[in-house]
Amino acid sequence: MEALEFIQNLVTDYTLRTVAIGSGMLGIVSGTLGAFAVLRRQSLLGDAMSHAALPGIALAFILTGSKSSLVLLVGAALAGWLGTYFVTKTVGLSRIKYDSALGMILSVFFGFGLVLLTYIQKMPNAAQAGLDKFLFGQAATLLQSDVYAMSVIGIVIVLAVTVFFKEFKLLSFDPEYGKSIGFPVRWLDAILTALLVVAIVIGLQTVGVVLMSAMIVAPAAAARQWTQNLGVMIFLSALFGCLAGMSGAVISSLSANMPTGPSIVVVISLIVVISILFAPERGMVSNLIRRYGNRKRLRVDLTLSTLHALAIHHNDPTHAHEASSIRVMAPSEFGVEKTLHELDKQGLVESNSEGKWILTQRGLRRAEELKANNGSEADD
Amino acid sequence: MTDKLAIDVEDLTVAYREKPVLWDVDMEVPSGVLMAIVGPNGAGKTTLIKAILGLVESAAGDVRIFGKSYTEQRSLVGYVPQRGSVDWDFPTTVIDVVMMGQYGRLGMFRRPGKREREMSIEALDKVGMADFRNRQISQLSGGQQQRVFLARALVQDARVYFMDEPFQGVDVTTEKAIIAILRELRNQDKTVVVVHHDIQTVPEYFDWVTLLNVRRIACGPVDREFTEENLRLAYGGRASFGTKLPNSTHR
Amino acid sequence: MSSSQIEIQLTAIVVAAACALPGVYLVLRRMALISDAISHSILLGIVVAFFIVHNLSSPFLVFGAAFTGVLTVFLVEVLKKSGLVAEDAAIGLVFPLLFSLGVILISKYSGDIHLDTDSVLLGELAFIPFDRLEFWGMDFGPRALAVMSGILFLNILFILLFYKELKISTFDAGLAASLGLSPVIFFYALMSLTSLTAVGAFDAVGSILVVALMIAPPAAAYLLTDRLSIMLILAVIFGVVSAIAGYWLAHYLDASIAGCMATVTGVVFGLSFTFAPNRGLVSIALRRRGQRLRFAVMMLSIHILNHEEAGNAAIENRVDTLDRHVAWDKHLIEKVVSKMKKSGLANTDSGLLVLTDSGRKFAAEAMLDI
Repeated sequence: MEALEFIQNLVTDYTLRTVAIGSGMLGIVSGTLGAFAVLRRQSLLGDAMSHAALPGIALAFILTGSKSSLVLLVGAALAGWLGTYFVTKTVGLSRIKYDSALGMILSVFFGFGLVLLTYIQKMPNAAQAGLDKFLFGQAATLLQSDVYAMSVIGIVIVLAVTVFFKEFKLLSFDPEYGKSIGFPVRWLDAILTALLVVAIVIGLQTVGVVLMSAMIVAPAAAARQWTQNLGVMIFLSALFGCLAGMSGAVISSLSANMPTGPSIVVVISLIVVISILFAPERGMVSNLIRRYGNRKRLRVDLTLSTLHALAIHHNDPTHAHEASSIRVMAPSEFGVEKTLHELDKQGLVESNSEGKWILTQRGLRRAEELKANNGSEADD
Repeated sequence: MTDKLAIDVEDLTVAYREKPVLWDVDMEVPSGVLMAIVGPNGAGKTTLIKAILGLVESAAGDVRIFGKSYTEQRSLVGYVPQRGSVDWDFPTTVIDVVMMGQYGRLGMFRRPGKREREMSIEALDKVGMADFRNRQISQLSGGQQQRVFLARALVQDARVYFMDEPFQGVDVTTEKAIIAILRELRNQDKTVVVVHHDIQTVPEYFDWVTLLNVRRIACGPVDREFTEENLRLAYGGRASFGTKLPNSTHR
Repeated sequence: MSSSQIEIQLTAIVVAAACALPGVYLVLRRMALISDAISHSILLGIVVAFFIVHNLSSPFLVFGAAFTGVLTVFLVEVLKKSGLVAEDAAIGLVFPLLFSLGVILISKYSGDIHLDTDSVLLGELAFIPFDRLEFWGMDFGPRALAVMSGILFLNILFILLFYKELKISTFDAGLAASLGLSPVIFFYALMSLTSLTAVGAFDAVGSILVVALMIAPPAAAYLLTDRLSIMLILAVIFGVVSAIAGYWLAHYLDASIAGCMATVTGVVFGLSFTFAPNRGLVSIALRRRGQRLRFAVMMLSIHILNHEEAGNAAIENRVDTLDRHVAWDKHLIEKVVSKMKKSGLANTDSGLLVLTDSGRKFAAEAMLDI
């Protein structure tokens, strides 16, 4: 398919457009709130709440008979909130730890949801069909009305985060200090958690229960590697989420039998891997390169200093030495020859007719600098 | 200057699941005093500060700051929590942290502006960290982190400061620098209360001391209260308490 | 009961027991959510193994999938050690990726075969009796039952053989290392068994029930005992009870078996949480009611003693101003004062609360207790 034709399709194909925009919105919302969740060590709370939402959805349908997204989402949100409440109470009132409480809420609520689903299955009008999409996420069934709703909610969430930015920042960094200066920490926590629940519940339709935790965690984890500024991190997180959402939707439409949710997750995971490896300051590869550069510089300096020391020993800075004598004095890990050639390239040493090495004028100056610096190393 | 006590704690009792952590603690501290709170591990020192600040619920007792409740006097109190209470890998800069000290004054919805920025730089300057203002907090040493926390409290321009173990894991230079700042605050007639982990340095650094071991053993000027007897009572294990009350009261 | 029903319940019991055992260690090590991660990511292992051997009943499938479980844990550890990602975030990154890859492979290349995403999450116990283990013309019963029994046996064996080592490495990794026991080896051994268990149980009960069975029964047991051996036994009992009760509930409601079992594990935990002696809500509340008053009496006695000896009793111990000094409401003070009078600990004397001799002794002893 040609590029132009493809872009045309992207705009004109109702399903693709809807799914892509919907997934993009999901990415923005989950990326934004995921940043806070990750910083507050609540990454898996998202996983638990997504699972806990199932009985809420089922009950909402049973009680109202309506399959409208809004109704179901309210049910999901209430159940998610209830799950969080149980987790907090369990941890607060017993010796059960946070991770066990999350795991129990996750599995028990979800199991209960399954029971409700089988009950629904027996109801007269093949009712269960539409509810499945919350389990596995069937982005392909997103309607334009769904996307409108998601966009509105998305805008509200982004606005809330912008307005309360410094409050959420303090809440995430040092809630105790915040409390001491009079910040309504409990309220802020409740608001942020509520927003998270809404984000999760939106995402359920697109990527399903199992994958929702990735949408919360991955964009933020990737963004964290690129910046040390919270605002930028949130922006990047939203951006990565949006990119992954839309790319996943597009990929899934291009390839046969390619489910949307998993495609999105693969894309965002890729972004995370790239970030972890190649981000300039924190990236693993960047660190390796830097360490290599440091080691190299260290080697070079050391060899130069050794040559200098040898020369001083002879009271003659122009006394030439063989590479082997340098090797004897210096740690044996590295190749002295290579380093000497490197020094030669930098114009700090040169070899004479016998193949021995002496310092140049520049080399001498540099060696003396190094000596002076070594004396005053203990700062900071 | 003012005849009201800076800090007046009466019969403060804090229990954790039916076990007392602080019991019937009285503490009266005037202005212009640099005071250490010392005691063995588990003595309730951090809890005392947190209970005063309302961060922990108390089972009984009353706390007054210049005659009024803490919630009314928040703007007069600066708090420097333990360094370990925060994740220093958080994406934020030194000056950002210090500006947080002004959020209380700004209230919700208002953003910190130029004035807040200048005041933050001033506070950083006092602790010798002005050059580090745009540094990531993850790149700071222990002593530097402590200074940043102190600057955050200083920017509040409070009248009473509470610091929790500020010298834990901090190099000697920073320790001395911080004590100098605290002394200056004291000279400005402010009150500084420090939970301190090292009884050796109490006479050198502080004018007042409170000895705590779930109960208040002593509270007052160092030369009067920092006695061997009191230290024994505080650190010698609870059995040595006996029925005799410490007879040093300052009422 | 038909033989099918018996077989199903038997399988469920074995699954529950097999899950509870490693689950105890997961709960104690605060690694409960690894069970969630593993039980989802093994899907990828199953799919890849299936593509290699083309046989759903092959034991290779089981080991291949178990390997993916261990791989998951390994990747999480790698991410953790890099210092770039926190532990909880690491878990939330790894398993969705592996699970997604599994789902993609299924959707694209296996189309309509038995592996479908529904059964991944839900399992289907009802089908167990139909997939039988047949060797040499003999019927050895449901395959799932045979496989799970083997895994249960392995778990029991491992725990019995290495009981002490597991105990030390769970509670004190530092001590274990200094004794020459490699915590890392035991860690990965435990993870491998967890993985194997999850895989074996997968087919029958799906991911979610595996998580429920690995966490809830051990958590319920944790509230009832401080001893590891008892906790292990109780966890198995609770798991088995949940499995059977869940089965009959599903039978009665005609609902999803796995769903009912998971729900029942939650109910069992809830019961333990509420009624456990000492740690349960009811027990705490009962103790609190009487204790609050006793505590208050102790506090007030000491307060009076303090101020009597300090000489300012006239100010501090006046009955009508007590509420201001101790910051309790008047109602509580009335209750406490009357209790003290009734117990002969104190009397009112011209408006002051004064300790009797026994009251003084009581207060002095109480101070010793602190």
